[in-house]
Amino acid sequence: MLIELGHYALILTFSIALIQSVLGLIYWRKDNRIAEFVRLAAIWQFFLTLFSFLALIYAFVVSDFSLSLAYQHSYSLQPLIYKITGTWGNHEGSILLWILTLTLFNAAVAIFGKNLPTQLRTLVLSMQGVMVVAFAGFSIFTSNPFARLSPAPFEGTDLNPILQDIGLALHPPLLYLGYVGFSVCFSFAIAALISGKIDAVWARWVRPWTIISWIFLTLGNVMGSYWAYYELGWGGWWFWDPVENSSFMPWLVGTALLHSAIVMEKRNALKIWTIFLAIMTFSLSLLGAFLVRSGILTSVHAFASDPTRGLVLLALLGFFIGVAFTLFALRAPSLRAGGLFAPISREGSLVLNNLFLATATAAVLVGTLYPLFLDALTGERISVGAPFFDLTFSILMVPLLIILPFGAFLSWKRADLIAVTQRLMGAAMLALLITIIIFMLTGRRISLAPLGIYLGFWVSFGAIADLIFRSKFGKIPFRESIKRLFRLPKHIWSTALAHLGVGLTVIGVVTVSAWESENITTMQVGQNAELAGYNIKFTVAEERKGPNYITEHFEFDVTGKNGKTKKAVSEKRVYVASSMPTTEAAILTYGLSQLYITVGDLDVDGARVVRIWFKPYILLIWFGPLLMAGAGFLSLSDRKARIGIPKLAKNRLSRNKKVKAS
Amino acid sequence: MNIRRVLLYLLLIFTLAAPNTIYAVLPSEMLDDPVLEERAREISKNLRCLVCQNQNIDESDAPLAADLRILVRERLVAGDSNEEVLDYIVARYGEFVLLNPRIGLHTILLWISMPLFFISGAVFLFFLAKKQKKLKASNEIILTEEEQAILERLKKDSD
Repeated sequence: MLIELGHYALILTFSIALIQSVLGLIYWRKDNRIAEFVRLAAIWQFFLTLFSFLALIYAFVVSDFSLSLAYQHSYSLQPLIYKITGTWGNHEGSILLWILTLTLFNAAVAIFGKNLPTQLRTLVLSMQGVMVVAFAGFSIFTSNPFARLSPAPFEGTDLNPILQDIGLALHPPLLYLGYVGFSVCFSFAIAALISGKIDAVWARWVRPWTIISWIFLTLGNVMGSYWAYYELGWGGWWFWDPVENSSFMPWLVGTALLHSAIVMEKRNALKIWTIFLAIMTFSLSLLGAFLVRSGILTSVHAFASDPTRGLVLLALLGFFIGVAFTLFALRAPSLRAGGLFAPISREGSLVLNNLFLATATAAVLVGTLYPLFLDALTGERISVGAPFFDLTFSILMVPLLIILPFGAFLSWKRADLIAVTQRLMGAAMLALLITIIIFMLTGRRISLAPLGIYLGFWVSFGAIADLIFRSKFGKIPFRESIKRLFRLPKHIWSTALAHLGVGLTVIGVVTVSAWESENITTMQVGQNAELAGYNIKFTVAEERKGPNYITEHFEFDVTGKNGKTKKAVSEKRVYVASSMPTTEAAILTYGLSQLYITVGDLDVDGARVVRIWFKPYILLIWFGPLLMAGAGFLSLSDRKARIGIPKLAKNRLSRNKKVKAS
Repeated sequence: MNIRRVLLYLLLIFTLAAPNTIYAVLPSEMLDDPVLEERAREISKNLRCLVCQNQNIDESDAPLAADLRILVRERLVAGDSNEEVLDYIVARYGEFVLLNPRIGLHTILLWISMPLFFISGAVFLFFLAKKQKKLKASNEIILTEEEQAILERLKKDSD
């Protein structure tokens, strides 16, 4: 019964969204009652979808296998957490999660957007309503999660073992919050194009949504990367897999949007470009959704799905992108150009940043889609893999990283490059010194790794130099400087921290790529292996039973350089219901570095193939983006980015009145 | 030096700042000669496992990948150059097996799209900057002496 109610709630969401978007898009100019309806409809949709999603989760939790979806993706012996996460570990359920996220954002716009100009709010929410109609319709008509089975089977067929991991609880919801969040920016862009009004209010509103979506997309990608690292069992953290690319492209364009929106808010420039990026970001999110679900890609992520769904999704994609770019072509030329600036200026540097990020996105896009098009047009099959992307992407990132620290130092409108260079000299020298010291101390062979390391330090120190310079260290008494440092506006701090995050990631990427060491060997229980100064002793190999799997359980005693011994556990599981194997790697953390051990099959003479890697400073790869996301939150908490600004002004006015009255 | 060699060289340079590769190669497959083995690993990283999802044969546990790894090593022992090994594999399995597509008529768009995009973007920005300069020149406001004095005073105050 609950399932039917959930189903009904989803249909209600669809219907309300249909009325909301039609009325809203026709009468956005005229009627205040309709504006209020459009606003409330967004909130209702959220609660209805929430109910419908909870109904689905409930069916999974109580293992109601009369629900076809639960039968296909759950198992009664599964731990509770995986029963819950299994709800969205499949195509139908994840679409419902997508709709839930979408309605969540719409409700947030409706609730926090009370002080938005009414027409703008109505337009944005109606556009979002169109999306709810599209996705709820897609769910109800082609991928219904509430379909029943009769007679109900006694046992389910288990969730894909690779997905039975805490990663599934975090990775998709975070990623969807990012993807779908950008739909708000998209709708703002459409609203601006329809109404022709693009002003400071618009920019001030779009920025926080951009930042929120970008934060979640960053976290979602980091989570995905770390999950792949520890779960897939060969210790890679980025594969340039087409599906990874399709979540990376919105991130790249979103990052560009984040920066161009700053220029637009501060200087009223780059309007057309910002709108273009807002459209592109969400279009690429949709493209990603299409690629993953249409079955045209082979990937770890691809949901098994039929061509009909692919076609419907392609039609939706075509519709949204088509409408957006038609509007863009019609209206963009009539937008007035904003503030002027010299090429050497903060704006100029942000434009360059956008050029590099946009080119990087284009390169990834072409690389991802090229084999598909070539195959379709000529029948020739080629692969575009990691070596291609490594090359093209690195070529673009090197100059971007070189100019990055300059950006934050340049002043708006017109800047003095020489003065900025002088201020950055310290950071450049320090980075050079540390790079040289590292290479002298460790006696590394000559290669281009120093360039990578140098760039990483350069960006990191450049970010810190910005803080030091702004708090006037060395120019005023030390204590004054410390005070200044902590009183710096939050947006200065968040810029510096985010850029520091970029620098740390670069250092991590280079150290792991250049200095990773491995030991692939065969071991019997009781034998020892050596790697990078660590002694690894194979102590236990035995069969064990988990809740819904049997496992070969291996233990190692790892003695570090300091003489302390830690226990490492690795497993090879076979899941009962699906008889699918998974490998659980043993991972030991030493500072920022990790030791990664996996056990393979039995070798001919009864020994085990053991693969051991030492990954120096690998944690920096994920720590950097976490810092970027944290910087995003900090920037959101800045009064300047907050939406309640008009309220503050009112307060001040009333205070002034009081002063006058007294 | 042909273009391909140049690009391979560039690739070598830039992979240092790019994702690493991890190995699913088995100890029993490895060659005793460390130089040959190193070359085999290098070649393997550029070959796609045909039955897996976007994995190279060095990382893959699939039996077909193991066959390819052994094939690569056999050719190396037989004295082939890296290029000859790749040619041999491509002749048998098609170009699909290469993770880094070869430059040819069919991939020319793939290889030039990034530089083309960047250059056209840069050229566009250059002309935009020029136009802005002109706009600025035409918008230049000529101040009266009085206004100039006020401006100077304001500048002094803000210093």
